[in-house]
Order: sequence, then structure tokens, then C-alpha cells
Amino acid sequence: AAALQTHSGPYSGSLTPTPHDDVTHYNNFYEFGMDKGDPAAHSQDFHPLPWTLEITGLVRKPVRLDIDQLLHSPAIEERIYRMRCVEAWSMVIPWDGIPLASLLKDADPDPKATHVAFESVLRPSEMPGQNEGLSGIQWPYVEGLRLDEAMNPLTLLALGIYGETLPNQNGAPIRLVVPWKYGFKGIKSIQRIRLLDHEPPTTWNRLASDEYGFYANVNPQVDHPRWSQATERVIGSHSLFGATRQPTLMFNGYGEQVADLYRGMDLRKNF
Amino acid sequence: MPADEARVISPMGAKLKKHWRVVFYPLGMTPALWLVWQGQHGALGADPVNVFERSLGLWAFRLLLVCLALAPLRRFTGLNLLRYRRLTGLLAFFYASLHLLAYAGLDHGFDWSVLWTDVTHRYFIIFGMSALFMLIPLAQTSNMFSMRLLKRRWKLLHSLIFPAAVLAGIHFFLSFKTLNSVSAPYLAALAIVLLSRFLPRFQAGSRL
Repeated sequence: AAALQTHSGPYSGSLTPTPHDDVTHYNNFYEFGMDKGDPAAHSQDFHPLPWTLEITGLVRKPVRLDIDQLLHSPAIEERIYRMRCVEAWSMVIPWDGIPLASLLKDADPDPKATHVAFESVLRPSEMPGQNEGLSGIQWPYVEGLRLDEAMNPLTLLALGIYGETLPNQNGAPIRLVVPWKYGFKGIKSIQRIRLLDHEPPTTWNRLASDEYGFYANVNPQVDHPRWSQATERVIGSHSLFGATRQPTLMFNGYGEQVADLYRGMDLRKNF
Repeated sequence: MPADEARVISPMGAKLKKHWRVVFYPLGMTPALWLVWQGQHGALGADPVNVFERSLGLWAFRLLLVCLALAPLRRFTGLNLLRYRRLTGLLAFFYASLHLLAYAGLDHGFDWSVLWTDVTHRYFIIFGMSALFMLIPLAQTSNMFSMRLLKRRWKLLHSLIFPAAVLAGIHFFLSFKTLNSVSAPYLAALAIVLLSRFLPRFQAGSRL
């Protein structure tokens, strides 16, 4: 990982980041394998450079961005966010990135656009997990947001962590970070962003729609069918008998910034 | 002198020779001790409670599979290791109990309201818990005394291991988000040990 030119942004709060080694060695990135250690162990053949990010669909000015340009952008800022996995564990990660809204504005969305679809990379030769036929996952990984969610100031396209470019296992060279949603919404190694006038399909929802909704907002009151979401295991203690659990916060603690997006919606139905 | 020595030692020796297999009990507990040791030394990674809990469950499932495999093993290869059924069955029960304890205590801090909701609402938990409860009477009656006391009913009671294994298999399958290269071989092994009971034995003698 190379050093990034970054500056402190808003929304950092007083959070203490999870140790670097845990952030980079405890990952869900099924393209490299299903075990938490697989992404760090099996992503060395992946080439995140050169890379082009497209913003197309219902936009007036389709954009093709060279990742090199983005990596040297003065707009990169640090955001220290809580990360809550749907599996009931959590971390705090110091991301370096650019608010998605600013890139979308550059593409000038058409007024008809209501949703944003994200598509990850398909490279079975570099991503061993994409050759695993048993899981039933259709590659490439796809995710989606409503346009207003995508335009929220919290929503980030991350290019780095800890002041350095993203390691392969964390979604190099560019990934989505939506801190009030479960981690699986944070699609990694993004190649294509498309604006649409309808809700796009998303990978986990396609696979198990009763377990993973389109919204996937962190919500301690709506349980996963297999476990409670009321509390979370805090990653980073490394001690079997000293590990801690903490209460999960509504919208992962970002309700002040995002609760308005869901006013009047039944969050049990739209989980 | 040598004659005297032989007379004194031989009953002891005979006893040792007869019961030497008890060493497998402490041996069978080494994975659990090893996991505790690793857990205390930061060797279980970033989410030690989860790894500990899952590893204990996996050992329980492995031992259950070995226990179930011994009968078909003799049937199809002639290798008779049936005397290890009690050992592997009891160890499976031991690991399943530790697995439950880790889930309830270490993971959830004995938060009864959470555990109650789990046990009453989530099939994932209900399947695992039912499997463990089915193993309790089997562990309790695994001794010779119970065998003699229950006679034919003992065999009937111990056929509970089949539904227990099926439920444990479903619980194991559900502990992953999808089928995968880790879980598939275990599920295949379970299917083989269960279904092999219905296969005809292909041996020269049976043609008579």
C-alpha cells in the first residue's frame, strides 16, 4: 500500500480505530474465499492498477475516471466510521476517500434517476473465490442504493485506510462505505456505477432475500433469522475470556444524519 | 526373584493391557485444551469467541461422524473398531456441551432473554439444541450397566444418534451463509455414513 495525501474530514467523532492488523486480516471478501483470513492470504495475485471507474446510465455526462487521478485528488479525506457486519461483529475503520455525492454530481444525474447500481470486478483468474461453484453466488458482486442514500454526505467511495491505498483484501482500488448499513452493502473493487430509475438487484438479496434486504440498515430491533442483531462482538481484543459485546446502535449510531431518509417507512418490512 | 516379580506385576499388567484405551479420553480432550490455550494467547485471531465456539461445534460434528462411520467401516472393510463407538460418542457429546456453553456463556454472557428468543424462534439454534438434547440420554446410558439393564431397548434408544446426526448436520449447514468447500465434504460424509446402512454388502459370502 502506498501513502495517500489525505486530510481530516467530518464525522470522525471520538472513535478509537480497530488495530490495522485486524482491519486488514479479518475480512469478508468472498471473491478470495469464505474464511475471514482468506482475503489477506489469497489476494496477492489481484492487480488493482491500472483501473477505470465508469459512471453511466441515467446521467447527462457519463464519466470514465482513471483511478490514478482519483488517488491524487485533493478531495480525499479521512473519515473514521463504525463498521457493523451483518454477522454481529463490529470494527472502527479510518477510511480515506471521496464523498460519492461529489462524483455523482460531476456526472450530472438525470431527474429520472432514482437508484444507483454498483458492480464489482469479474476476474476468476485473479480471484479464486469466483471459481467456487458451490456457493451459488452469481459473480460479479452487485450492490445498490437509493439515489438519496448515495447522495448522503456520509456515503463514501474509499480509496484507502489508515492513510494508505486500500490493500487488496479491503477492496482495492476503490470501494463503497455506507456506515449506517451492514458491511455487505460496502461493495469492493468497483468498476461500474450506473444510475437507474428502478431498484437494482443485489448479490446477497438474490441469494437469501429473507436474510438480507435491499436496505440492510443497521437496526438492533430487527433480527437476522439466525441471530439477534441487538448486540455486537467488538473486534480487536484477541482474548478469549476478555472479549466484549456492546449494544448495537440504531443506524449504527448515524441516525442523526440518515433517519430522515426512512421517515414513514416500515423498517421491519424494508429491512 | 524374576518369578516373584512376575506374580506381583502380572495382574496390574493385565489390567493395564485390558484398559489401556482409556488414554484416548484425555487425548480426545486435547483439541479443547489447545483451543483454550490459543484463546488465552491471542492465537484465535480477531474474533476469538466466534472461532472458539465454531471450532468446538466442528469437533463435536467430526466425532459424531467418526462414531457413525465405525459400523459401516466394519461392514464394508471388515475392520472392527466398534469398541471405539462409546469413546467417540462420549467425546462428541463432550464437545457439543462445550459448544453450547461457549455459545451461552462466552458469546452471550448467559443473557437469558437473548438465549430464550434464540431457542424458541430460530431454527438454526433449535436444530443444534435438539441434537445435543438427543445425545444426553445416550451419554447417560453409555455404560455396561445400562446396556444390561435396558437389553433390547438399549439399541432402540441409541438409534437416536441418527436423528441427532441429521439435526446436527442441518445446524452445521446453516452455520455458513452458503454451501462451500469447507462444509460440503462434511455434509457428504454425513450422507455417506447414514446412507451406507441401506446399501447391500458386496461380499463373496453373501452370494450363498
